[in-house]
Amino acid sequence: MNGISIDRADFAAIAQWVKPNAHVLDLGCGDGALFNYLKRERAITGYGVEIDDNNVLACARNGVNVIQRNLERGLREFDDQSFDCVILSQTLQAMRHGDSLIDEMLRVGREGIVTFPNFGYWRNRLQVLRGHMPVSDNLPYQWFDTPNIHLCTISDFERFCAARNIRVLERKVLTDGVLVSALPNLLGALAIYHFGAG
Amino acid sequence: MDSSEQILNKAGSVGAVVPQRAHFAEPLALKCGRSIADYELVYETYGTLNAAGSNAVLVCHALNASHHVAGTYADDPNNIGWWDNMIGPGKPLDTNRFFVVGVNNLGGCHGSTGPQSINPQTGKPWGGDFPVVTVDDWVNAQARLADHLGIRQFAAVMGGSLGAIQCLQWTIAWPERTRHALVIACTPNLSAQNIAFNEIARQAILTDPDFHGGDFYAHNVMPRRGLRVARMVGHVTYLSDDEMANKFGRQLKHGQVNYGFDTEFEIESYLRYQGDKFAGYFDANTYLRITKALDYFDPAFAHGGDLAKALAPARAGFLVVSFTTDWRFAPERSREIVHALLKNRRDVTYAEIDAPHGHDAFLLDDARYHKLVAAYFDRVFAEMQAGDAR
Repeated sequence: MNGISIDRADFAAIAQWVKPNAHVLDLGCGDGALFNYLKRERAITGYGVEIDDNNVLACARNGVNVIQRNLERGLREFDDQSFDCVILSQTLQAMRHGDSLIDEMLRVGREGIVTFPNFGYWRNRLQVLRGHMPVSDNLPYQWFDTPNIHLCTISDFERFCAARNIRVLERKVLTDGVLVSALPNLLGALAIYHFGAG
Repeated sequence: MDSSEQILNKAGSVGAVVPQRAHFAEPLALKCGRSIADYELVYETYGTLNAAGSNAVLVCHALNASHHVAGTYADDPNNIGWWDNMIGPGKPLDTNRFFVVGVNNLGGCHGSTGPQSINPQTGKPWGGDFPVVTVDDWVNAQARLADHLGIRQFAAVMGGSLGAIQCLQWTIAWPERTRHALVIACTPNLSAQNIAFNEIARQAILTDPDFHGGDFYAHNVMPRRGLRVARMVGHVTYLSDDEMANKFGRQLKHGQVNYGFDTEFEIESYLRYQGDKFAGYFDANTYLRITKALDYFDPAFAHGGDLAKALAPARAGFLVVSFTTDWRFAPERSREIVHALLKNRRDVTYAEIDAPHGHDAFLLDDARYHKLVAAYFDRVFAEMQAGDAR
């Protein structure tokens, strides 16, 4: 939707959690690159959802079934439990009501995958300590033009899941495409969560 | 293969075209219970049907349009097809790639058998006795035209408004013959408000003293006043409030009000002009039947209101497009169609074009809309070339 371009390491991490032939909904699907990657790697079916005209056009050109919709208005066209997996990649931080969108993900899908830039990453913390809003590969915008209005840390997200009775199935944390195992909230630039209803 | 972007930059016209006529001797059973023993359809084609017969696209017309979809006539160069901005060499529906068919529907007044035609049983024009035809009947007649042209399966069927409704019907009634459907500014059925406007239009015609129960031909008159009002009502529903405000606002024709009933506001002048123009060429009996065909269309009705069940037979891939300011067939109505297609896990792309023009936007040249249609036809073409049988 307005995310940065995610590299193949993210795609691969997401693909590992998507079952072959799964029916998938990709929210904020951009030009359909992730969807087509999953189509190749996992033979998925399903749809992308996008609000942006240019991305809708790009999806049409890339052969991705795309539904133009503002995610802030929920997922009304999609029935309960009609997808195996619902993906929200690099979009959560740009949502006004990210919490209700995650509820919607678990209404229409059996499982969800969400990725977001970890605001707790040490480079971000350092920039804040120096007195500035962070700008990086994962957060490429200036404070005045960023679509990212609801940034969070890995710890924030886990607290959120616990409070909402969302069951985290798996987690991967990446920095420059490499898996991070120790001190993820400090050393991880990008968080990828696989979750289900509690 | 050229990208759709490149294509749009070198678009042209199909040039001078010639309408053709197909005769069907086998009776066509109609939904109303009657049948038409013998009928003709007038049609036009652009481009060339390939050897495999796989590149045909049917363009279905809306309320007042015809088989003259693109190009001009040699003896009438100003008579440009109603969707000429969409169809032609290098246009979104590219006639260099596709064989495009436009057809005047059964009951029409542009040359196909209709109320003006002679009823062979009486030797007189059908008039008020012409059967009330439905969208189902139109589509079945179109399927016969496809047989006549050697088209077993359409690469796509395409239409806006009532044309789009016919496309939906194609996907339900002839799933194996409909590979893709471009369903633009559509609705799964008419709302009470839609039917209400149609009924006002019909009452205007039916109560015109010159209507004579539909047999006005014998009296050598036309119910012009009724048709005129019918068209005026229609036009109000085709435009958005904003578009009317932009185009006309409260502008006065003579710079001041005159406290009378001549044309004062520009919008009045526009409606009167449109009404007069329409009443000069359109057949009142056809208009009545087309509005009825619209009112009756409701594929979900036979399935307890479940549109997904109604669309379950469809095998086509869909492009569904709506326009944000269309209040006649609002985006919510297109989303109902999308919802039903999602339920059936059909291939569907849905776009909501932010256009100010209201329902009429489907006929206008909007870059986002046309690029999307071009991109979708790229996909249809690529698939067609790959010969991948759905």
